[in-house]
Amino acid sequence: MSGPSDFQPTNPALKWIERRLPIMGLMHSSFVAYPTPRNLNYWWTFGAILSFMLGVQILTGVILAMHYTPHADMAFKSVELIVRDVNYGWLLRNIHASGASMFFFAVYIHMFRGLYYGSYKEPREVLWILGVIIYLLMMATGFMGYVLPWGQMSFWGATVITNLFSAVPYFGETIVTWLWGGYAVGNPTLNRFFSLHYLLPFVIAGVVVLHVWALHVAGQNNPAGVEPKSEKDTVPFTPYATIKDLFGVSCFLLFYAWFIFYMPNYLGDPENYIPANPAVTPAHIVPEWYYLPFYAILRSIPDKLAGVVAMFGAIIVLAFLPWLDSAKTRSSKYRPLAKQFFWVFVAVCIGLGYLGAQPPEGIYVIVGRILTVLYFAYFLILLPLLSRIEKPRPVPNSIADDVLAKTGGKPAPMVSTVIALMVAGGLLLGGADSARAAEGSTKPPAQKWSFSGPFGKFDRGAMQRGLKVYKEVCASCHGLSFVAFRNLAEAGGPGYSVAQAAAFASEYKVKDGPNDQGEMFERPGRPADYFPSPFPNEQAARAANGGAFPPDLSLITKARSYSRGFPMFLIDFFTQYQEQGPDYLVALLQGYEDKPPAGFNLPQGSYYNTYFPGHAIKMPKPLSDGQVTYDDGSPTTVAQYAKDVTTFLMWAAEPHMETRKQLGLQVFAFLILLTVLLYFTKKKVWANAH
Amino acid sequence: MTTASSADHPTRRDFLYVATGAVAAVGAAATVWPLVSQMNPDASTVAAGAPIEVDLTPIAEGQDIKVFWRGKPIYISHRTKKQIEEARKVPVSSLPDPQSDEQRVKPGHDQWLVVVGICTHLGCIPISHEGAYDGFFCPCHGSVYDTSGRIRQGPAPTNLVVPPYSFVSDTKIQIG
Ligand code: FES
Repeated sequence: MSGPSDFQPTNPALKWIERRLPIMGLMHSSFVAYPTPRNLNYWWTFGAILSFMLGVQILTGVILAMHYTPHADMAFKSVELIVRDVNYGWLLRNIHASGASMFFFAVYIHMFRGLYYGSYKEPREVLWILGVIIYLLMMATGFMGYVLPWGQMSFWGATVITNLFSAVPYFGETIVTWLWGGYAVGNPTLNRFFSLHYLLPFVIAGVVVLHVWALHVAGQNNPAGVEPKSEKDTVPFTPYATIKDLFGVSCFLLFYAWFIFYMPNYLGDPENYIPANPAVTPAHIVPEWYYLPFYAILRSIPDKLAGVVAMFGAIIVLAFLPWLDSAKTRSSKYRPLAKQFFWVFVAVCIGLGYLGAQPPEGIYVIVGRILTVLYFAYFLILLPLLSRIEKPRPVPNSIADDVLAKTGGKPAPMVSTVIALMVAGGLLLGGADSARAAEGSTKPPAQKWSFSGPFGKFDRGAMQRGLKVYKEVCASCHGLSFVAFRNLAEAGGPGYSVAQAAAFASEYKVKDGPNDQGEMFERPGRPADYFPSPFPNEQAARAANGGAFPPDLSLITKARSYSRGFPMFLIDFFTQYQEQGPDYLVALLQGYEDKPPAGFNLPQGSYYNTYFPGHAIKMPKPLSDGQVTYDDGSPTTVAQYAKDVTTFLMWAAEPHMETRKQLGLQVFAFLILLTVLLYFTKKKVWANAH
Repeated sequence: MTTASSADHPTRRDFLYVATGAVAAVGAAATVWPLVSQMNPDASTVAAGAPIEVDLTPIAEGQDIKVFWRGKPIYISHRTKKQIEEARKVPVSSLPDPQSDEQRVKPGHDQWLVVVGICTHLGCIPISHEGAYDGFFCPCHGSVYDTSGRIRQGPAPTNLVVPPYSFVSDTKIQIG
């Protein structure tokens, strides 16, 4: 892409092809001989990281689509079946789901890098605008992908976001109905979102090709912001940039794998483990963290149409950046004022992200408005103004001069960059925690769980006892419909033999049929059957339980959580604390008070529970001492029951947790080795360049 | 890439490159495995493929039924005396896929023929009680099977497959 290549293959067969389709020459001139500024720092590896992430997302996405069912009645279940039954399905899903966050994390760094070093300035305007288009496409793709699991947050996220278009004057309602393919978000919506979610990544890939093309025409920008003038200013892409990018990708993989293997639910919303329910809106609709700043802008404007315009405007304004900032000096390194304001702007964005996750009330609204004004002021007032009044420091004569000036000082502190990245990542990503789940209630005390941490394993005894508690107590109202009897004999489970699981199954009556006479019949359960639910449908369950619907317990430990608050949620990222759900459950089961505190008005048919959000729970105290007999001598107390049944339910929610953590250790050992090797290889390769 | 420095320098560097490349290759290979393995039947499909029991009492002599096991149709034929005789009369050596009728049924249960109802040519489902041998006839490309499910005519290379099964009692079999 940088002019005709002089590359000539020697092999006659390749020569024959090359004369007819000069593809090897194109590859050679684009990715081998292509001159790249020799002073690029590690922020420049994010381009390669993003290409890598796009590949990962497309690959895992195509695979997940082989197992996913885009139907409103089956989507949620099919995702659970992927995670539970497909070989390595849990891994592929974690890669894809965390991958979306990693993709956005990388793109934000990439964008901020462009902003800081002025990579949008002449002659790279088109390159930058193509980037903005990619970013918009990514947002659309990410949003539609989040709808596919068809959990509560998927459904209500889809409702809220599509309703943005209802702000369009005159045609709003028509547009929204058209988007939905119905009178509300429903099956047609899910179907088309699936189709588009599959399509858009390939559109992104197409625009990425244009983006790279434009990059190779204009050449890469660099930290000094001066164009390469001579041979001395550049190094060939391969091996120099290639090895550096590989090392960057490898470091990034370490960060990514932390989520895949240890914190798969850190960035997700517990609500999304509850199947979509068009009749109940979750208390807080919180979009994925990467949309939060824009969500905050939307909410801080009191007018519907203006809010939507502002939100889209906040992205569109980026496309005009090359003309808003007309300063001749590219790199903020030599612009003392722009540099400071850049960091203020970064803080504004993170602040908006934080606010996007808070309930829209009180001080949050006011701060949100201030930050929204600052966001736009940065682009529309500050940058145009600075380009006129700021006096930049002199830039180096050439890239070679810049490199020489630096080699006198300390070499680039790679380790601290990586650590800074990790911390910044944790900060940014953790921001989403705040508004999640149970509020207005006492925080459950943290328990000690054998399954927490990187070496966590389930306590088999506790699981077997917990199964007994579930069977004798919980099962009279709560289903466990994603767990099959065969699971009881699987590795990482309660440790029963295949024969024991079959015997356990045969104690259940399972509905089957129709038989040759066309009638349904009951037969003893088989290992392949799932735990039968106590009620045939939600209506029957409500009728029998005073209007309340006892939730299915298959995913309950992942569907319940409580807010950890700042700074705990940051610390949790490093300590791998993921047990909000189990802690809450144990506390809830023991949290019943016979008498509500004075002044608390308990509604008819409810019971007072210290840990239940709002305290009035419809479930009567389910456990009492001595209720279930244990034959292994464990204490038959409510505390023990609660702990055992929660352990069992944690396994029920994630039967492959042990495999996940064990594989994680192996992957980390490998990645650390690879990263170290790549580091030294990179050093060796670059030794020739300096 | 070669420099004019000391002799051991390039070797040490080469070792580093080879080691890095090898480790990366191992990682890439290990990554491919889950991507390939996910295409295999998932755990619920495997579990659903567990053995099934079939009650033979409703099947009258001369009749047959079709049941499904692992998504495949299984023919269970209650053969008449005449059909059994026909199947045993032919010299085994004259068959395209030589197999005696005794080898294809369970001893003491000569009247029961249990075969996978999938043509060994290209997978169509043969029709029972059709064709020149009163066995099975495949309409796709005209393979003809006899009353023992053995290939007699047409493009199919081998006899209909006998699935793994056993008699739980005289009137009940377990397939799988
Ligand atoms: S498939 Fe039966 S004859 Fe070809």
